[in-house]
Amino acid sequence: MRGIVHKYERANIDTDVIIPGPYLKIHDHKELARHAMEGIDPKFPEKVSQGDFLVTGNNFGCGSSREHAPIALSYAGIKAILAPSFARIFYRNAVDGGYLLPIEIEESTMKKILDKDKLEIDIKQNKIINLTRKESYSMKAFPELIAKIVEVGGLMNYDINDKEGTASRNF
Amino acid sequence: MTITEKILAQASGKSKVSPGDVIFAKIDKVMMHDVSGPGVIKVFSELEKKGKKLERVWDPDRVWVTEDHFVPAVDRVSAENVIALSNWTKKFGIKKHFKYGLGQYGICHTLSHEEALVLPGEVYVGGDSHTNTTGAMGAFATGLGHTDIAYVLMNGQIWFKVPETMMFKLTGKKPDYVMAKDIILKIIGDVGTDGANYKTMQFSGDIIKELKIDERLTLTNMTTEAGAKNGIIEPDVLTDEYLHDRTDAQYSPVLGDIDADFSELYTYEIDKLEPTVAKPFSPENISAARELQGVEIDKAYIGSCTGAKLEDLRLAAKVIKGKKVKVRTEVLPAAQSIYMKALKEGLLNIFIEAGAVVGPPTCGACCGAHMGVLGKNEICISTTNRNFPGRMGHVESQTYLASPVVVAASAATGKITDPRDLMN
Repeated sequence: MRGIVHKYERANIDTDVIIPGPYLKIHDHKELARHAMEGIDPKFPEKVSQGDFLVTGNNFGCGSSREHAPIALSYAGIKAILAPSFARIFYRNAVDGGYLLPIEIEESTMKKILDKDKLEIDIKQNKIINLTRKESYSMKAFPELIAKIVEVGGLMNYDINDKEGTASRNF
Repeated sequence: MTITEKILAQASGKSKVSPGDVIFAKIDKVMMHDVSGPGVIKVFSELEKKGKKLERVWDPDRVWVTEDHFVPAVDRVSAENVIALSNWTKKFGIKKHFKYGLGQYGICHTLSHEEALVLPGEVYVGGDSHTNTTGAMGAFATGLGHTDIAYVLMNGQIWFKVPETMMFKLTGKKPDYVMAKDIILKIIGDVGTDGANYKTMQFSGDIIKELKIDERLTLTNMTTEAGAKNGIIEPDVLTDEYLHDRTDAQYSPVLGDIDADFSELYTYEIDKLEPTVAKPFSPENISAARELQGVEIDKAYIGSCTGAKLEDLRLAAKVIKGKKVKVRTEVLPAAQSIYMKALKEGLLNIFIEAGAVVGPPTCGACCGAHMGVLGKNEICISTTNRNFPGRMGHVESQTYLASPVVVAASAATGKITDPRDLMN
């Protein structure tokens, strides 16, 4: 994965900022993308190209359970978010919906990566290469189940029998 | 094991679980509303495009649906969302659909306890972050997104990482005009908005024993604001009484072991607590109400799952009785049943005579949806749960979070007011 960084260093960027409440009644993914990060930077959707990365402060995505948040960012072009920590529902929505990758990095790594840097991310090696600065950083490995869900592109593609016990599927 | 660990062990068919274990848990109840519901339906329609058509829901009797965020329908889009939701519940045989204008309906979290939809010991997931609220009934209750709710509707189970439990022991005697809202704001102020991320917040102590269910629900409701996976209170005699008034259903309460391990133990002496307010733009940004005395407001809002339960309305009415509001004041009971009880108790008369407007049950302006959203630079004091930029309207509006009695006292003076200074 290669892309350009869009950096918003603030901590606690919440879902009301990522996609404000009035847009919750919208379920068209492309329309949601036009309002991504509207509460912090209304020009955000114009700045992002397909496959770009967001680098941000800790507890990204706190607040509501709205899946609109990872959907809006993903359809705006964001492929991965790099932050010291994520709010729990945002994290699982991003992974289970297969929208984008929430990648946990050290606070010091977050500070080293700057806006507009070009990165290459290798999730198999848990490695981030900063092509602009010729630096490389480590990222926190995904836990086993998360790695499997990421690999198949979301929870709906995950084989529920790939665990202890079985369950009937209704499809 | 803690109560949370025991419920999750039971639901995953294991004799023991420990924090950090990843499990698939069987779900007892699942909820979605007029925002998450259409999102879930969208997940199914995308799957159908890929050739996977949903034939049936795993267990329609364990599913319940409400209309709360954009109702009564705000505009054409919200009307169509409600229609789509109605068509979907009809098609899949979901009988518990609480529709506005058709008897009981209201905010999802309020219905979960008012209608006794979730019982002690159960695993309950909802398509809303404040699903944590229902943990006050002794259940494991947590919020999920659209994909996860869709997955539960198909499979009746979902993965969880077993959380560590932070224990909050609340001791002493609650001073007059101090409410559960003050306690939880103080705790969030101490631990921060990510202080409980991925964790359980459990409450116990003498204060809890005497705290009414409506007040306990305020504590668990706002665990979401500290990032908690769930908030929980062990069920007791008050829980049983509350449930017996509302349902004949049998249940098996789960209690934690005496030697359960907690990741952190906090003790709060509530005797010393004062009416507390969270300033813009974060629930952790707290001050004593008295320190903010004199801050002028444009609006007072008594609403939401956090602050418009029957007990909230009773105490707010007591403060405002016989006075006139000095700023725009709105009162929106959290469910139709509460609206009716407040009407019979004469509470709505008190609000209306004071000059406030009483509106229908809805999430309304709490999430900036409708029914009194804030304009640029408007300042509101509110019984709701969040005050992020733009939460209740314009990104440059400001919300102060407070208890129903602080909001009522502030409505009566037009400035942030400690109710003790107004009443004593």
